Amino acid sequence: MNKYKKITLDGIIFSNPTFMLVLGTCPTLAMIKSSATSAAGMGLCVLVVLTLSNMIISALRKVIPNQVRIPCYIVIIATLVTLVQMVLEKFVPSLYDSLGTFLALIVVNCIVLGRAEAFANKHTVVESALDGIANGLGFTLALTVMGIVCEFLGSGSIFGLKIMNFKIAMFSSPAGAFIVYGLSIALFTYIIDVFQRSRRVKANKIARENLLDSRAAANNGDTTEVNA
Amino acid sequence: MNFVLLVLSAVLTNNFITVKTYGICPFLGVSKNTKSALGMGVAVTVVMFLATLVTYPIYKFIMTPLHITFLWIIFFIFIIAALVQMLEAIIRKISPSLYNTMGVYLPLITTNCAVLGVTQLFNGVENLSDIVKGATGAMNLGWSILYALFAGIGFTLVMVIMSGLREKLNCCKVSKSLSGFPVSMIAAAFICMAFTIFAQIKI
Repeated sequence: MNKYKKITLDGIIFSNPTFMLVLGTCPTLAMIKSSATSAAGMGLCVLVVLTLSNMIISALRKVIPNQVRIPCYIVIIATLVTLVQMVLEKFVPSLYDSLGTFLALIVVNCIVLGRAEAFANKHTVVESALDGIANGLGFTLALTVMGIVCEFLGSGSIFGLKIMNFKIAMFSSPAGAFIVYGLSIALFTYIIDVFQRSRRVKANKIARENLLDSRAAANNGDTTEVNA
Repeated sequence: MNFVLLVLSAVLTNNFITVKTYGICPFLGVSKNTKSALGMGVAVTVVMFLATLVTYPIYKFIMTPLHITFLWIIFFIFIIAALVQMLEAIIRKISPSLYNTMGVYLPLITTNCAVLGVTQLFNGVENLSDIVKGATGAMNLGWSILYALFAGIGFTLVMVIMSGLREKLNCCKVSKSLSGFPVSMIAAAFICMAFTIFAQIKI
């Protein structure tokens, strides 16, 4: 069970594709500058494509020859993206319009090919599916948070609901998206750094106490032996 | 007139990096020094030009009559991958010195949004004014490859500006959590702001 917990935490926090690895930057910047809704929609599309491609590649990992694996992965991913595009065009046309060209560009999103190459071709189907969901969720959460920040600063609304009557037009342009993305990475790495340091201090403390305990126990053992 | 509008639109007002946010991965990854930024930019320009030259006729004269345009993603990504492989082999054979400056970036280009982005820009477009605001006339192969060429030049321009900024940034002291990607993204934001001025150009 611990293995699954580690995969989930790694995907969402410790190797978050957006903040820690800085992958898939083009859709991130394009979507957070347009609106929080399209950012979340983009995240969910990547989540679906990533989970399915991870599962298919993992199931076929013993069949695909090693020399031509990259073209095979690209065919699988391109097929899945085409399917997602058709489904969205039919059932959610508003989201299809707001994602625009970036929906097709999921094919060349480094996260999808990166997870296939780094994880799915070495692990079982269940683990790969979980990895896809975790990484997709990490991407979706990051995009949604940055999308909310950009949309609030850029138009004073969140998910299309007007909250305050002000706008800083820069935040609905690529410049504002770059600033929000850069500062978010800085904040995220800082928080993770502080968290890791406190965890390391705690672990050291526990280790020292255990050492002292065992030493005390050993000393006690020695004295009892001597007494005996 | 169309030509001037097309050049201004592709290089400045609709710049691929600063306005459309295509191809950010090489923009942030390969802009550490001017030489590699220039090599990457030239390689992307060449591939964009050739990819459009090949995919535009295929889309218009093969896929549209057969009604298989929904398969364009799979077709185009394969054409681009094959083209890049071929180009790499040719350059290695013809000129080893050019291969050393430009060829090493070629394998990275297959998964570059800018190339797939520029080829899909012309899918199903009938009029030139859909891509270049204010231009007149029908879309054809000539305009599309010119647009791809100048979009590549705009890409190279921004790459070189960015690499200059980052070389300067190396001399600055930046706090630990801001160093690396965050500070280069904030520098990129200033380039984007500068490029928004060009959106005001009216002819």
